[in-house]
Amino acid sequence: MPKVSMTVNGRAVSADVEPRTLLVQYIRENLKLTGTHVGCDTSQCGACVVHLDGRAVKSCTVLAQQAEGASITTIEGLANDDTLHPMQAAFKENHALQCGYCTPGMIMAAVDILNRFPKPDEERVRHELEGNICRCTGYHNIVKAIMSVAGTWTEEPVRAAE
Amino acid sequence: MGQFGIGQSVRRKEDTRFITGKGSYQDDVNLDGQAYAVFHRSPHAHARIRSIDLGAARSMPGVLAIYNGADVVAANIPPIVCAVPLKNRDGSDFFNPGRPHLATDRVRHVGDGVAMVVAETLAQARDASDAIEVEYEILGAVVDPIAAAGSTAPRLYENAASNVALDWGFGDEAATNEAFAKAARIVSMDLNINRIVVASIEPRGVLAEFDPATERFTVYLGTQGVFAAKRNIAHHLGVKSDRVRVITGDVGGSFGMKGFDFPENTLVPWAAKQLGRPVKWASDRQEAFLTDTQGREARISAELALDKDNRFIGVRAHSHANVGAYLSFFSLFIPTLAGFRLMTGAYRIPAAYVTVKAVLTNTVWIDAYRGAGRPETSYILERLVDKAGRETGLGPVEIRRLNFIPPSAMPYATPMMVTYDSGDFSSTLGVALARADWAGAEARKAQAKARGKLYGRGLSYYLEVTANGPQEAADIKFTDDGRVTMSIGAGPSGQGHETAFAQILEDRLGLPFDKIDFKWGDSDGLTMGSGTGGAKTLMLAGTALFDVAEKIIAKGKLLAGHVLEASASDIAFKDGVFSIVGTDRRIDIMDLAAKARSLGDLPDDVPASLDDIGKSTTSANTFPNGAHIVEVEIDPDTGSTQVKKYTVIDDFGLVLNPMIVKGQAHGGIAQGIGQALLEDAAYDPDSGQILAGSFSDYAMPHADNMPRFDLDFNNTPCTTNVMGIKGAGEAGSVGALAAVMNAVGDALLPAGVAHMDMPATPRRVWEALAAARS
Repeated sequence: MPKVSMTVNGRAVSADVEPRTLLVQYIRENLKLTGTHVGCDTSQCGACVVHLDGRAVKSCTVLAQQAEGASITTIEGLANDDTLHPMQAAFKENHALQCGYCTPGMIMAAVDILNRFPKPDEERVRHELEGNICRCTGYHNIVKAIMSVAGTWTEEPVRAAE
Repeated sequence: MGQFGIGQSVRRKEDTRFITGKGSYQDDVNLDGQAYAVFHRSPHAHARIRSIDLGAARSMPGVLAIYNGADVVAANIPPIVCAVPLKNRDGSDFFNPGRPHLATDRVRHVGDGVAMVVAETLAQARDASDAIEVEYEILGAVVDPIAAAGSTAPRLYENAASNVALDWGFGDEAATNEAFAKAARIVSMDLNINRIVVASIEPRGVLAEFDPATERFTVYLGTQGVFAAKRNIAHHLGVKSDRVRVITGDVGGSFGMKGFDFPENTLVPWAAKQLGRPVKWASDRQEAFLTDTQGREARISAELALDKDNRFIGVRAHSHANVGAYLSFFSLFIPTLAGFRLMTGAYRIPAAYVTVKAVLTNTVWIDAYRGAGRPETSYILERLVDKAGRETGLGPVEIRRLNFIPPSAMPYATPMMVTYDSGDFSSTLGVALARADWAGAEARKAQAKARGKLYGRGLSYYLEVTANGPQEAADIKFTDDGRVTMSIGAGPSGQGHETAFAQILEDRLGLPFDKIDFKWGDSDGLTMGSGTGGAKTLMLAGTALFDVAEKIIAKGKLLAGHVLEASASDIAFKDGVFSIVGTDRRIDIMDLAAKARSLGDLPDDVPASLDDIGKSTTSANTFPNGAHIVEVEIDPDTGSTQVKKYTVIDDFGLVLNPMIVKGQAHGGIAQGIGQALLEDAAYDPDSGQILAGSFSDYAMPHADNMPRFDLDFNNTPCTTNVMGIKGAGEAGSVGALAAVMNAVGDALLPAGVAHMDMPATPRRVWEALAAARS
């Protein structure tokens, strides 16, 4: 079995894995980091989103071997010790989660959205969330949480120029 | 009322673990030495099993065992049966075939379980499952309930006279016929209620072990409450229920589904005992599409009778409900009594009658999905009422106002054997119309038209009924480490029980919110509990918490009297403190609980601790109600519908945590918009294959399909429970369907489209517009 080495949440890790091992399997089963979830088998739901070298990826659609040498951040590595990442805090403050299952992937995707679009409008946020499915919240509070972190949320929606 | 008390939008305790990746969901739990189960499932919708060859599979690497239907029969594992107390119209029993845990001689839907493989690794179990050879004789399949009810349809069960499992009627047929005979106007509609996949984002799973020393099974299983699963599994395994321990961790969404009895729940622990080691099974998404109970689906003809003054005098409906290939636990209840007892809704309608043919088809089984019958009934009635508003010229507001039950008529007994306790429907509608700027819609319509869009607005006035039992217990223990444990058998799957229940204890007993720990998931640590479901949890668990708070205060007065050297009758309790009336001598409830542990011998009339158990003090249904107002724009070039504005005013009696309650409404509305505009668990009518069997094919609502939601309350307290609460968990899904489709209908009518069924997908809307043009 090939050996893979990477940095996960700042820690160097390596293991011998079967070539078909997915990154999400490696994270959950080898590293026991079970905050990253699996919700589908077609790369649609986004519950498995992690950051690979600073970019959001669906870890169900990346082989562990493809992450060789990469730096991975999972939901467990997002907070700075006891200080929540602003996106984590915003999800709690705005009730942007209910059952919590899609939440780790949703938060990791949300951080990535603001990395690419620091001041997104509502249409941008909703469009960028197309790779993440939530069955509980109806998305209202997720959109609100993300825009609150960006400072672009207003109670009255700003209608796009039409 | 404190900072964390009743009525406050307290941020959720449970969120801290969920946002940091520390939740413990089904697949996060593993046991040393566990083996892996995989189910071999039917690729055909309907077939006779001629033979099963397990030989090649059994010799595959890592295989520990393979079981088929014959093994299940030999082990005397009884089938899963539907448990509802309904009868056919002629008084006879309904056809209750039972679902074998694995198919024996016949498969009846794609995904029906044929064999269970257990192997050392998941990959080995999958490989072995692929090596199983089953010879099928393919039979004709039927997926539509009306087709399946016909005399020439392929029959799913040879021992049944037809595919109609239940032929049910409810209401006063003669009085209703009389009303229609003298009606000045009859409004009628044929409606299709589409089938929905529950799609909790966390799939199901089971992990189980058997301890031969204690002869006990431990089953890790996502549920809505552990006791139903414990009872069912013990029954199927033929053991006393104290031989089964069910442990539920965090549950990643359920919406009814994970509360039901599934074959895997029993087969996995059974295999663990056979093999003497833990066995784990985890459903993947495709398997979820093929095995989780699905929701809704019926074809309905409905009519509303009006007198010359446009008052409703009767309503009737005839439904063909699709219940799938097997009858799930509550299945027959959902398309019958669960919804249709509300056939008269928020209106004074003196006569009502419904019939339902519940029909078996070669599709995945059906059971409760958020709302469970009430979204369907509200949809039927509110579309009829809207059409009546149009046909009479009164419009959607006045036709409703004319026919609403006034608050002065409460309590109000309907002809469907239901009594509403409270509600001010006209006032709530008025608040909603103002909030939605109903009067200003013409301007928005003109703007939409200028952009080339078809504009529509719609409203519905929903009235729903929450479940009324069974009872919950609230078990409160003051622990050695200075904390409080509340154990309640109603399990959460996102509703925020941990926070809401702690708010009640903070409010009633002044207990520190951060020191209250919630236990719900271990059947060994709970006394009883009916589980979450039917939007009833706060009525039942909440009143149990009110009850235990009273008991703890009474005990505390005795104990405080002893500690403070006063008569218990001189002790008062307020804001978490016991004090001698008229003095400054006092003791905090937490200090008193701690002190009780060091008091040694006590007089007979002084309790040794404050620990106690409370029980639900209500068994009455509640009737949440409210107005949904929706504005949509349809692009005539693509047929795509966008919800532009969504306003709701709900009457939930008393709102414990407005943030959580609004979140529940958001989720329900989103599921309703999904059903109205996007989702359709369609089956191929010839082959019986599910056509939307993954998230690639099934249109789950995404963020860009959803609008913002504008929600508020116009509450009238419920009179039948001590808290004044009406359940809020399902109401969003009940109100949304008709409101969205009335708006879609309003947009399409001027373009010549007289009728649109759910789901109003871009293709269906575009085709309807094209047909209207030609």
